[in-house]
Amino acid sequence: MKFHRPTTALVAAAAVVLAMAACSPPSKNKGSGPQSAGTGSAGMQTLIANAKKEGTLNAIALPNDWANYGSVIKAFEKKYGITVHVANPAGSSQDEIDTIKKLSGTSRAPDVVDVGLTVAAANKDLFAPYKVATWAQIPNGIKDPSGLFYGDYGGVMSIGYDASKVPPITSVDDLLKPAYKGKVALNGDPTQSSSAQYGVIMTSLANGGSLDDMAPGVEFFKKLKAAGNFLPIDPTSATEESGQTPVVIDWNYLAAGELGKISGWKVFVPSNALVGGYYNQAINKDAPHPNAARLWMEFLYSDEGQNLWLNGSVTPARAQAMQKAGTIDAAAFKKLPQVGGTIQYPTAAQLNTGAVYLQKHWAEVTGG
Amino acid sequence: MSTRVQRMERTQRIYRIVVLLLVGAFIVVPLFASYKFSVRTTGLNVGKWDGWKALGQDPELRGAIKVSLQLAVLTVAGMIVLLLPTMVWTRVRVPWARRIVEFVCLLPLTIPAIVLVVGIANVQKWVNYLIAEGPMSLTFPYIILVLPYCYRALDAGLSTIDVPTLSEAARSLGASWWTVITRVILPNITSAVLSAAFLAVALVLGEFTFASLLSYENLQVAILQVSQTNARASVAASLASLAFAFVILFALSFVGHRRKEASS
Amino acid sequence: MAVSRRRIGAGLGLVPFFAYVAIFLFVPTVVVAVNAFSVNGRPTMDAVDSLFTSTLLRVTVRSLELSFITAVIGAVVGALVAYAVVTAKPNGVLRRAVTSASGVLAQFGGVTLAFAFIATIGTNGVVTAFVADHGSINLAGSGWLYSLNGLILVYTYFQIPLMVIVFLPALDGIRPQWREAAENLGASTWQYWRHVGIPLMLPAFLGSTLLLFTNAFSAYATAAALVSQGAPIIPLQIRGALSSETVLGHQNVSFALALEMMVIVAVAMVGYARLQRRTSGWLR
Repeated sequence: MKFHRPTTALVAAAAVVLAMAACSPPSKNKGSGPQSAGTGSAGMQTLIANAKKEGTLNAIALPNDWANYGSVIKAFEKKYGITVHVANPAGSSQDEIDTIKKLSGTSRAPDVVDVGLTVAAANKDLFAPYKVATWAQIPNGIKDPSGLFYGDYGGVMSIGYDASKVPPITSVDDLLKPAYKGKVALNGDPTQSSSAQYGVIMTSLANGGSLDDMAPGVEFFKKLKAAGNFLPIDPTSATEESGQTPVVIDWNYLAAGELGKISGWKVFVPSNALVGGYYNQAINKDAPHPNAARLWMEFLYSDEGQNLWLNGSVTPARAQAMQKAGTIDAAAFKKLPQVGGTIQYPTAAQLNTGAVYLQKHWAEVTGG
Repeated sequence: MSTRVQRMERTQRIYRIVVLLLVGAFIVVPLFASYKFSVRTTGLNVGKWDGWKALGQDPELRGAIKVSLQLAVLTVAGMIVLLLPTMVWTRVRVPWARRIVEFVCLLPLTIPAIVLVVGIANVQKWVNYLIAEGPMSLTFPYIILVLPYCYRALDAGLSTIDVPTLSEAARSLGASWWTVITRVILPNITSAVLSAAFLAVALVLGEFTFASLLSYENLQVAILQVSQTNARASVAASLASLAFAFVILFALSFVGHRRKEASS
Repeated sequence: MAVSRRRIGAGLGLVPFFAYVAIFLFVPTVVVAVNAFSVNGRPTMDAVDSLFTSTLLRVTVRSLELSFITAVIGAVVGALVAYAVVTAKPNGVLRRAVTSASGVLAQFGGVTLAFAFIATIGTNGVVTAFVADHGSINLAGSGWLYSLNGLILVYTYFQIPLMVIVFLPALDGIRPQWREAAENLGASTWQYWRHVGIPLMLPAFLGSTLLLFTNAFSAYATAAALVSQGAPIIPLQIRGALSSETVLGHQNVSFALALEMMVIVAVAMVGYARLQRRTSGWLR
């Protein structure tokens, strides 16, 4: 009677507080920024000034030895005096999106992301549209028309190997031979990492599959596992250099990264299974440092940025245009691993279908 | 009769030696191998102690060690502030609630950490919004994780003294509740509080699930990340954190032992 | 009425504690349970249904197998060690050393343990290299350590000490009078154990095994550090569902998986509590 009302009021208040705790708090960031700095120098000057005021850029999942990001970051920091924080260098594209969502509204949220095609296409609602000054020079096939994401650098799938430990590789099926027992590693889990998925696509193409058909690729890995050749370790430069993973199926620019470091390291690109892919840059809609984010994009797509990437053995987005204009670093361009034949680029839809197939069948490879 | 007992004792001794040797070997070999791995130099262009030096030199490891130690301190403080007054109160005023508090404190043992992480995303966002961003916000879930162990330790300590009588006596002499807890209860259960603190520190230093899935970099997360570029440093860091936990828990067994001696 | 008001007033002293636990323990648990049955706010059974697809069913079976196998091995070996400790001097060095070592090693899981084993019998491990140099056998094979079989070995490492800690108090409850009584009635050692010792210890043993089971089932860090490819057990599937960059829209499955884990662990813990009560009845 007399004490029922305060008790029920208390219980009701508690319920409300708990329900609120289960939902999201309001966002702290406003994250608005210009849609384009324009080609005029005045626009760029304002952008640079604003970015310098912000002073920091939150990046994520950019290893130093991936596409020469180490040098890219250092050059950007030196040129504009803006500190770049890289969270979770070994993270996947989905980790980047998850971190945007987890940290949204905080000052630690990533400003910019570099993600695979599937992830970019699926998360357009998280990005802010922005067209860099050199927008027109990015090929149409690798950018979203409204500027939400755009291809940054590409490569093809390859097989890197230590010729002093294993016999030379001349075709994908060589990997099934007994000489490679316990030696072949794939860069990532194909149900998690897009680079691993491209690896399965490559083996699929080499065994009669197509961009729409992953089954031969999965069959190949089943055979690889049955032969005892498949090593379920994620290869890194450390494992390659220590000899733990003498054969890796990985992007050609990552495999090429070991060319100077391991004597006897070679990169093989199968001419009958050329699958290529571009990663994509995007700006977080709620970026805590929106101007720094846009300045970063301008830098990446400037001649300087593109050439720095080129030195990481990747094909930068503006490669064709820069070649024509003669602004490309010719020596580095020549050093790019030569690829003979037409490269096939899977679309986001094909990647999605493939991923669903992998989700169902990859467990047959790993043995559950 | 005595030869029978002697025979039994001898069988038991042989049994002891065999079992403990075999199991001991299984336990010790990986630890020894870790040490050898962390100082191995065959085929690599590195110094013998580089892996261990990285603990102090590698910025990622150094930063993560600091983060974990700070988290440990905050968790211990938070745990004491949350648990001690509550447990004293259940003994003094609301004994009917004691079973409930005990049950709640033991609940985290039955809810896997990974389950909590999956559901805690929005709560953490509120913490970031209202209190603090950054790795220190992990303190809040960590206090939950250490609850079962710390409750047991504090409970054992509080059971050795007569809390109601002590606090009533102090109150009747005009002490405030703050004084009762800090100057009457606390000094009498220092070993229990130390036990609880040590357990909390060991747990926080070894915690990985929350930090990793919430994208913070504590010691264990850093060890995993460093392993991608420097395997020896990560193994050295693993051994070091294990040795540290061992030292803490070993000291813990002496704290308990001394208390027994003191009271007897 | 005045009494009730005083009870509530006194109960208010517990509000900070219960509020804290409500926010940081109950809310996440409820969020998991609710979101397992809804996607973007709409109630649906899709996430829970996917638990019964062949892939996830197989994963659940593997999780249960891993937990069961390591629980049994840990329980048997741990019980043997505990018995060895119990027959030693009660306050002697041996007992204290083993119990404190067990205390530390039972917590020694996660990343540190995974790396210790990688350093030992991984593809680049010290023991692997040693055996390869002296015997030309490749212990690491095709990387079995980095998948389910490896998990079985590594989990056993912390299950054994945990069993020692949990089972030792029960063994301490064995009274020498039981042995004497049995011998007075003419029982041999084997008969003593078969008719007296083991039946009395069985509830405690089974309870401890259950505890080991839930410990292995809930473990995440060790597997996360050891297994980078494939997700053979439920916690790794949760990691995958939360962070896959190829299969998207999969994240609500993580709630269903988490709910499944909660249910299984709850069932096991209820069994443990029941066995605990039976044990304490005998060993007062």
